[in-house]
Amino acid sequence: MLTIAGLSRKQRERFFLGGKRLPSKHCLGLAALSAKEINEILENAVPMKQVISRDIKKVPALRGKTVVVLFYEPSTRTRVSFELAAKHLSADTVNVSASTSSVVKGESLVDTARTIKALGADLVVLRHPSAGAPHLLARLIDVPVINAGDGMHEHPTQALLDIFTLRERKGTLKGLKVVIIGDILHSRVARSNIWGLTKLGADVHLVAPPTLLPAGIERAGVTVHHRPEEALVDSDVVMVLRLQRERQRQGLIPGVREYARMYGLNAARLALARPDAVVMHPGPINRGVEIADDVADGSRAVITEQVTNGVAVRMSVLYLLTLGRGA
Amino acid sequence: MNFRVKAIILDRDGIRRALTRIAHEIIERNKGVDNAVLIGIRRRGVPLALRLAEKIKQIEGCTVPVGFLDITLYRDDLTQLGYHAKLSRTEVPFPVTDRTVILVDDVLYTGRTVRAAMDAIMDLGRPKAIQLASLVDRGHRELPIRADYVGKNVPTSSREIISVQVEEIDGQDQVLILEKTE
Amino acid sequence: MRLIIRGGTVVDPVRGRMYPSDILIDGERVAAVEKRVQARGARVLDAKGKLVLPGLFDMHVHLREPGQEYKETVATGTKAAMRGGFTAVAAMPNTAPVTDTPEVIRYVLEKARDAGYARVYPVGAITRGSRGDELSEMGALREAGAVAYSDDGRPVVSAAVMRRAMEYARMLGVPVISHCEDLTLAGGGVMHEGFTSTRLGLRGIPAAAEEVMVARDIILAELTGCHLHIAHVSTAGAVRLIREAKARGVRVTAEVTPHHFTLTEQAVEGFNTLAKVNPPLRTAADVAALREGLADGTIDVIATDHAPHAAHEKEAEFDAAAFGLVGLETAVGLVFTELVATGVLDIPAVAAKMSLNPARILGLPAGVIEPGAVADLTVIDPEATEIVDPASFASKGKNTPFGGYRLTGLPYATVVGGKVYIRDR
Repeated sequence: MLTIAGLSRKQRERFFLGGKRLPSKHCLGLAALSAKEINEILENAVPMKQVISRDIKKVPALRGKTVVVLFYEPSTRTRVSFELAAKHLSADTVNVSASTSSVVKGESLVDTARTIKALGADLVVLRHPSAGAPHLLARLIDVPVINAGDGMHEHPTQALLDIFTLRERKGTLKGLKVVIIGDILHSRVARSNIWGLTKLGADVHLVAPPTLLPAGIERAGVTVHHRPEEALVDSDVVMVLRLQRERQRQGLIPGVREYARMYGLNAARLALARPDAVVMHPGPINRGVEIADDVADGSRAVITEQVTNGVAVRMSVLYLLTLGRGA
Repeated sequence: MNFRVKAIILDRDGIRRALTRIAHEIIERNKGVDNAVLIGIRRRGVPLALRLAEKIKQIEGCTVPVGFLDITLYRDDLTQLGYHAKLSRTEVPFPVTDRTVILVDDVLYTGRTVRAAMDAIMDLGRPKAIQLASLVDRGHRELPIRADYVGKNVPTSSREIISVQVEEIDGQDQVLILEKTE
Repeated sequence: MRLIIRGGTVVDPVRGRMYPSDILIDGERVAAVEKRVQARGARVLDAKGKLVLPGLFDMHVHLREPGQEYKETVATGTKAAMRGGFTAVAAMPNTAPVTDTPEVIRYVLEKARDAGYARVYPVGAITRGSRGDELSEMGALREAGAVAYSDDGRPVVSAAVMRRAMEYARMLGVPVISHCEDLTLAGGGVMHEGFTSTRLGLRGIPAAAEEVMVARDIILAELTGCHLHIAHVSTAGAVRLIREAKARGVRVTAEVTPHHFTLTEQAVEGFNTLAKVNPPLRTAADVAALREGLADGTIDVIATDHAPHAAHEKEAEFDAAAFGLVGLETAVGLVFTELVATGVLDIPAVAAKMSLNPARILGLPAGVIEPGAVADLTVIDPEATEIVDPASFASKGKNTPFGGYRLTGLPYATVVGGKVYIRDR
């Protein structure tokens, strides 16, 4: 057999794919992705970022495709980011949110899935309060599903944009000391980041009181601390998680004020990190609780960069999941 | 799937001569290259555009800006590609508005790549004109597109494949006709 | 009507032995157990190469009737029992209405009689509506036929209520079956708390949620002298607590389900709602401890906690999906494949844990094969193999995580009061 040098990708694929429709691929979580797959998404996000920094922020890649953005939880940031990503790729978007749809009338996800299928969606972005809901949807319909956050399980595109931002800033993730501070127990962002960062070779440290750490998390290949001072020394990245005030009522922390004192990221604590350390936060920020004002607005914070990169990374995911899906 | 080499269309020298001729034609047709820019379509249009710029420099003594274009996001058959269609960077670090853009590609076939490339260029600015240079024109056009500069016209059947190999990517310079043997 | 079960190996859990013998059944009772019986005109069931056990008794089954007939009825549930080799089941009281009055007991018994499949022994509720506050009319329930008391599906939260219930149950000579779960520790969890729940982002139920309650109920059994039976033991810690209590002489018995001695939390991977069950599937160490508990006698009984649900109740988000799985039609296969083939239990021990012990705990004259005994028998083919196909179940519930499992050692025939049911024929 002759090695086919000198063939364009188009020629190769004409011969080997033969116009077949490939089964749906989904983006459900980083735990299920290999380092190679994660890198593929990140690398394709680079040209996407180029597109959105042009005057004409639009390419025809997903022209004629319909992306259904189905949100069972309120979230403006993530929803808008996905919508924008789809629009930059020329897809049509349909927004279905819990407050406007039959979702509130008690229509189950299973019924909604049938409707989506009947409407001819080409891609579904799902945010749902129940872990595994996107997996259920993916089993029910032969349409690529992107998990935009499911319960405490995963929020893969958030972690991908965090990692993308770090790659831009630091070049490589290998050996980078990343400290994640906050409510790890309830955080899907933390979980997705833990799987993604460890797969790409980062040295991940978690900081939280024992009541906000999930069972057996050490087995994820991370180092667990209870005191931020201990973890922050020589860190390259500090990722701060949002603290929901209801954790006090749930008896998981003695008090928000005490939490801010013990775990809040302030200038003194940040001084323990490397001079070039960056500060990240998935937003929305509880100023004065998990992060001090001057740190959130300081020069080391890359929080607004995260937002821009979010669109590029989501464009990359949308693009990759559309491939192989036939005309 | 197996392939058989049916013929060698261009060897190393053939490619060199074809590019030299195209360089002369570009200069002649545009009465110099003051306003021209070369944009190679990824992947094999890229080394060809660089070589053309080098030849033009040898002939005219002036440097023509060279850019690289990834047209994947402009393709009309994107959803029919396999799972791993990797995107490359578009690198056009100069404005194209009011310039004469000369697109460079290895093979002109259906014309769909060129259509995509023209759309991509238009999204970067408003060129004065777009011209097309192709090392091989194998016919079978599906769109009303023709090349301004052609290295070699090769009548082919659709069973055949044109394999353009360039040193920078493939380690050698040659253009072959392959035939599926199944 | 006479029946000869010819050429089988009779299993005697009382003496812990097996011997080749024919069995002659006359009407509803065993007439003779002899090497070779002859009886003119008798029907013959060829049991060559097969095991003849005293009728298997599943003391933990949810028949769903009255109130949730879309999940299961007494008829479909008892038919599933027979297909699974069980001649009798104890029906849990979490029906709608809850089995907290003699009327419901009588209703269930009547349905069972009409259906004519496996026998049904109702379990009465400990508290009214199983709400955990006022005691049900335990005496009246007993008179109507309740064989035990339980609020299964829910724990009795108040230790004081549990104490009073045990005092009453002791007087009536009936055990209390406890669903051991501290709801505050369980915290709305949907699977075992551990690394898997962390990875899946599902709320976990720690082993301690079960163990705290097992410890409490053992202490209360010690206080009251009541016979306490712990339902569906799932953790190593619970096994240890029960072992220690037994050594102290506390009247405590315990059961384990086939899914708990077979599967671990990993069955939940991929958000498999078919593996969502309460108590949750635990770790490999827990499975090992449960098997050890079975082998050393700490755990007296194998019961299925058969919990049928409609398809749509499982095809849902993991949080929203119903707890529970059907067990009647896979229990024998799992016991033989997972416990007998691996040497955890010998066959007489299986007969003890699936027939004799449940009967003894509930005070019923069953579990032995001897002349004069009721002719409830289970014939098992230890060589028969099947790939589990939920579509073939007689139960309305197809919710099993064992679909596609290869099981060896299957029920061949189930005899209830002399009536023969041959599986899948």
